[in-house]
Amino acid sequence: MIQPLHLLGFLGQASPASSSGCTIAPGGFRVDGFCTDPGSLHIPVAYRSIIPVLVLTIGALVMLALSAVLPKRARPGLWPALTALVGAFSLAGAVWQWYDLGTAGAAQPTIGGQIFYDRFSVLFLILISIAVIFGALSADSYLRREGLDGIEAYILMLMSAIGAMLMAQSGSLIMLFLGLEIMSIALYVMAAYHRRRTQSGEAGLKYFILGSFSSALFLYGVALIYGATGSVEFGLIGNFLTGNVIANNGVLLGGMALVIVGLGFKVAAVPFHYWTPDVYQGSPTPFTGYMAAVAKAAGFAGLFRVLTQALGTQQANWRPIIWLMAVLTLGIGSVMAIAQKDLKRMMAYSSISQAGYVLVGLQAASATGTSGALFYLFTYIFVIVGTFAVIGLLQGRGEARSDLGVIRGLGRRQPLLAGVMLVFLLAQAGVPFTSGFLAKFYVIQAAVQRGQYWLAVIAMLAAAIAAFFYLRIALLMYSSDPAEPGPLPVDVPPADAGVLTLGLEPIASLDLETTLVIDPPSRGPVPVPLAVGAVLAVSAAFTIAAGVSSFAIDFAKQATTLF
Amino acid sequence: MDWAVYLVGAAMILTGALGVILLRNPVHCALMLVFTMFGIFLEFINQGADFLAAVQIIVYAGAVVILFLFVIMFLGVDRKEAIGAERLRFQRPLAILLGLVALVEILALSRVDHWVSGAPAQSGALKGAGSNVAKLGQSLYTGYLLPFEMTAALLVIAVVAAVVMSRRHQPSAGEMSPAAQKELRESHQSALSASDPSLAGRLEAPSE
Repeated sequence: MIQPLHLLGFLGQASPASSSGCTIAPGGFRVDGFCTDPGSLHIPVAYRSIIPVLVLTIGALVMLALSAVLPKRARPGLWPALTALVGAFSLAGAVWQWYDLGTAGAAQPTIGGQIFYDRFSVLFLILISIAVIFGALSADSYLRREGLDGIEAYILMLMSAIGAMLMAQSGSLIMLFLGLEIMSIALYVMAAYHRRRTQSGEAGLKYFILGSFSSALFLYGVALIYGATGSVEFGLIGNFLTGNVIANNGVLLGGMALVIVGLGFKVAAVPFHYWTPDVYQGSPTPFTGYMAAVAKAAGFAGLFRVLTQALGTQQANWRPIIWLMAVLTLGIGSVMAIAQKDLKRMMAYSSISQAGYVLVGLQAASATGTSGALFYLFTYIFVIVGTFAVIGLLQGRGEARSDLGVIRGLGRRQPLLAGVMLVFLLAQAGVPFTSGFLAKFYVIQAAVQRGQYWLAVIAMLAAAIAAFFYLRIALLMYSSDPAEPGPLPVDVPPADAGVLTLGLEPIASLDLETTLVIDPPSRGPVPVPLAVGAVLAVSAAFTIAAGVSSFAIDFAKQATTLF
Repeated sequence: MDWAVYLVGAAMILTGALGVILLRNPVHCALMLVFTMFGIFLEFINQGADFLAAVQIIVYAGAVVILFLFVIMFLGVDRKEAIGAERLRFQRPLAILLGLVALVEILALSRVDHWVSGAPAQSGALKGAGSNVAKLGQSLYTGYLLPFEMTAALLVIAVVAAVVMSRRHQPSAGEMSPAAQKELRESHQSALSASDPSLAGRLEAPSE
């Protein structure tokens, strides 16, 4: 006889074990094995562990239903407001989870061992909720300017956030893969969302093809790890590897390498970064900021989960790989960014080099390194979403231009906007009294603690190289504006503009039957919509506050529950 | 008995596979593929993998091959494909060679079983009572409940994405075709450097 899923597990109340077969740990956190009693479909679902995911899912479905019953031209600003509201509820739920968990020790797998309910994942849930709020607020004016406003963009944003949250919480390789796909497929469509811009369609297609390829590699790695250890759950893999010494570990190592490749692609680590410049440049600008924040955070959450929880015993094998990836990412990201002429492309390489610092924190495989990396990821979303919001404002209709010239003289035209941008640039460069300085400091400190002096030196050198191009943008903002009437000339550089692109070949035959309005930005000050202004103000304030006080690093330290 | 079923299944698989590559008419090829699927179905039943057998028929024979047939019908059955003229002349011998290598690899790996050192519990018969279909179903609704539910998110994305990607745009005044975008881009490349020579000079310096 089939019994319905009972709701006794709601908010973590212990549920009675079924008549036979199932062993349910106290607290209802996990079911061991699966219930062998025929007809038993008991599983205690600790709903408290998935509150943000539930909020986002229900929010997205309610919005879809609303869009069907409301008149076709709904009030402008309704969907972004609802999205931000859903994001705020999800944020509130995540904050409640943070206090609900308290200073509980080790991670508890829950809902059949598929997800973890620990402070490590709650940090990411908070981060992703904030990114959704910021993404919705900064995308609104952009989408209206481009004539793209509609509910679809916001639904995709919410769905990709669900995927990212599942990745951060994942307790098994299956859940991690599913989260990865949910997040990525929504992001592919978001990259191609500006259908009338050929570059956007090209970005979506490139991201989709390469992303699917990397997902396939990841899945192959999952299969190999399962073959080598007999489980897909991180905890069980870890237990198996602790209790058994694998004499012939070729399959395990192959699986580990492929999983690192798949997740390395998502975080844009060198040498899996080739898609990044084209996709960041082609995607609608506010979506680029959202993508850079969420995909990177979720990808790193997955890497931390797999490498430290499942393969923690294999540190000797994966630390050198991450070391090399960190060095390459730092070096190539910083050097290539200098040669770029396009602002978005430069920020793409900049975000590659920022991923290198998180890798430095990851390879330390210590509590210090993890809390440093978490601090880095948490503070980075404010910086990167803010940076791309400013660029999106300046570009003009149809993303008419995004070369460096567009920012020239901004300090005279709009001192406040330039000041906010300056804060973001200084934070990315790692100047003291911004969050970027502390973030770089903590990960480098972790490397030094593990005796990785060369890595520390390389990271500091890369920071010095990167400071050059951040400060060049800053100087350009405050240099004199060539006095000249009329709008700025249009410059939509093709994907292969410049000499040192080293990206992917442009897709020549991508001939969409579409049209685009290109309207270059005027020389005068650009209007700053209220929503974007609020995002920028909060981001800049947080960037400075996290750089001068210790609340953010305390937050990150308390979230380091992996060690 | 097992052997008899195995031989019948193997014969069906081989006949079907040969039919797929040797028959001229694409519709016949697709039907031979269904025949192969039924052979594989027999082998799965023989191994006690009831669920896989059912999926084999429902998904492959029932859905995938029918899709093939639809595509063939849409493209026209009578179209002649020039299979003889290959652009890469070495690909046929290469395919035979790689196929042999793969076969040798599989045979070698099946002999050297200690290379994969997984948990031993993963091989052998299922524990406990009940068919494997029931066990898979239970596992799907207990241990894998959350992943199972969250695949719904993928379906929502698929619907929304299909709407986004397929919607026709009504061009309004002042919009540009891709060709015009490209032309504008090229004509302004020079204008940009001309209007702002200091910028152009400074920006191009590092790339040289």
